[in-house]
Amino acid sequence: MVKAIESYGIPVVHVCTIVPISQTVGANRIVPAVAIPYPLGDPSKSPSEEKDLRRTILEKALKALQTPVTEQTVFTD
Amino acid sequence: MTYRVVHYINQFFAGIGGEEKADIAPESRPGVVGPGMALKASFGSQAEIVGTVICGDGYFAENMESATDEVLKLIAEFKPDAFVAGPAFNAGRYGTACGAVCEAVSRQLNIPVVTGMYPENPGVDMYRKSVYIVETEGSARGLKDAAPAMAKLLLKALSPEGLGSPQDDGYLSRGVRINCFFEKTGATRAVEMLIKKLKGEKFETEYPMPSFDRVPPAAALTDLEEATIAVITSGGVVPKGNPDRIESSSASKFGTYSILNVQSANKENYQTAHGGYDPTCVNEDPNRALPVDVLREMEREGVFKKLYEYFSTTVGNGTSTANAKKFGIAIGEQLKKDHVDAVILTST
Repeated sequence: MVKAIESYGIPVVHVCTIVPISQTVGANRIVPAVAIPYPLGDPSKSPSEEKDLRRTILEKALKALQTPVTEQTVFTD
Repeated sequence: MTYRVVHYINQFFAGIGGEEKADIAPESRPGVVGPGMALKASFGSQAEIVGTVICGDGYFAENMESATDEVLKLIAEFKPDAFVAGPAFNAGRYGTACGAVCEAVSRQLNIPVVTGMYPENPGVDMYRKSVYIVETEGSARGLKDAAPAMAKLLLKALSPEGLGSPQDDGYLSRGVRINCFFEKTGATRAVEMLIKKLKGEKFETEYPMPSFDRVPPAAALTDLEEATIAVITSGGVVPKGNPDRIESSSASKFGTYSILNVQSANKENYQTAHGGYDPTCVNEDPNRALPVDVLREMEREGVFKKLYEYFSTTVGNGTSTANAKKFGIAIGEQLKKDHVDAVILTST
């Protein structure tokens, strides 16, 4: 889906848990998520800590969307 | 004993007409018609085409269920021991008809069935699991090779040994996995394969991997503050109750829902339909997969201009790549129309 949407010239960032799958299938901008049952969350944290975590991941995602890339890139920081 | 075989063909191969006759209803004729002659020659004395059933490709495609029943009735009247359809080469409606009829005959008359298609015929993807399909060329020029191959496969299916592997008996793999014992363990075979690969020697994979195409990266966002951002997920987050019944596995569709004035994907109004992971955490707080709450905050703060009014969702559990691509194309087209500047797609 990521690639099909990107083929319209719209930058897409894939926030996903299983990065190797995303890489194999061919997403260009990838941001690792937390875990399969909670990609943008963490039930072991308090609600406000979770929201901060979610914010951090989304900020990374927005940064990825603003970063020119020429090949597949995983954004870890 | 000479086996009684019934043959199915379309209006074109029956010599009735081309596209202008594609709407003809099913009819049957005794004996051989058209390409049945080639099959007859290959069967020799072992089998005989006792009847041919013909149907227009358009009629079949537009009335699949009822046409299958009508065709099946005509086939059954000949009391066949076996059935052959096509070959359909690369004709999509014809391939779909051949696959559908073969499947119905196999299930309801419980006799061996064989058809032939070019590997890219849509009928292959639809019916390869339930029907034995011989690989053919893309056009009717391939009949001279297809007919003997189909005849051979059908006779083998009728024989006491029945059919073996796709490689041995010459049909398109059905994706059926059969457990068998090897003398060497998987670990030994894997290491031997690796050594061959390292030495640059020829080796044969036990499992062909699909190859994925690449899309050039879209240009980066230059003005985030003016941007409209869309959020999409394959984590299966849907409005509570899953109104469009998106399947928990092998999703055949995606949903698009308004989040106008929605500040958070809370559990009162949202849930996940995904059957491939423990849904507890996401059902407790769907923002964990569809982060509407934080995106709204960012929107309010002016980090970006607008959170796109709709989110699209599907269940990424055993979703066929063909379907995923189809969904992506439909979603992408709409996003482009609505001038969305960038997308965050979340997956579990």
